[in-house]
Amino acid sequence: MSEPLVFHYDVDGTDFTSAGTASVAVKKSLRQLGLPSEVIRKLSIAMYEGEINMVIHASGGTADVIVTEDYVDIVLKDQGPGIEDVDKAMQEGYSTATAEIHSLGFGAGMGLPNMKRYSDEMSIETELGVGTTVKMRIFIN
Amino acid sequence: MKISTVKELLNAKVLCGEDELDRHVYSACGCDMMSDVLAYVKDQAVLLTGLVNPQVVRTAVMMDMVCIVFVRSKQPTEAILTLAENAGIVVMATDMRLYEACGRLYSNGLQKDEVKEDV
Repeated sequence: MSEPLVFHYDVDGTDFTSAGTASVAVKKSLRQLGLPSEVIRKLSIAMYEGEINMVIHASGGTADVIVTEDYVDIVLKDQGPGIEDVDKAMQEGYSTATAEIHSLGFGAGMGLPNMKRYSDEMSIETELGVGTTVKMRIFIN
Repeated sequence: MKISTVKELLNAKVLCGEDELDRHVYSACGCDMMSDVLAYVKDQAVLLTGLVNPQVVRTAVMMDMVCIVFVRSKQPTEAILTLAENAGIVVMATDMRLYEACGRLYSNGLQKDEVKEDV
């Protein structure tokens, strides 16, 4: 595998029912590529949390998964409201989600902390009123 | 613990995955918050929950879980069952509340993150 493989997904932000579809598709594709199951699990959980965040907070966005020989990158981009306080958002239990989101089983303040927990490197670029880009890298070996 | 034992202990009805009841589960998680599930659960687990939506199945898929039990007589939609079926996940429903269902599994040997002798 010399050229990186790129998977691109549009994440629909209008319908919560479909949230997570892209992550399920990525998991399936990566299994077919034969990546180690622990790597697949880490990156699909990290992407799933990110995808849910995009649906909850930013009316959707795009997800790109780039597979190289040594690592997998996940780039999640949205044009949502931006994150006001990234340090706070990284704390377990801190959430700005509404009661409606809680009733759907999310908004426990574990999304970003889980993304950090399951990725080897993570960076967040965010600007209020413009959007957020989260990049995560998971090493294969 | 075999999934068939989970079914018996919880007096549960199997809604999909009837052919997979001989598979084993080694840990369990009783939870309505899916992000908590994503934070803590180990391999080959059973998820007990009162939350009914497609994200329960997708969460289980992400965690490589093998069985979902809906408590308090909650009935998943056909769409949810189809998602689970495609992922090879057994789905059951029980009349028990989450607390009792977890307690029964725990006291019969399915304990946190432990690989126990089959019971």
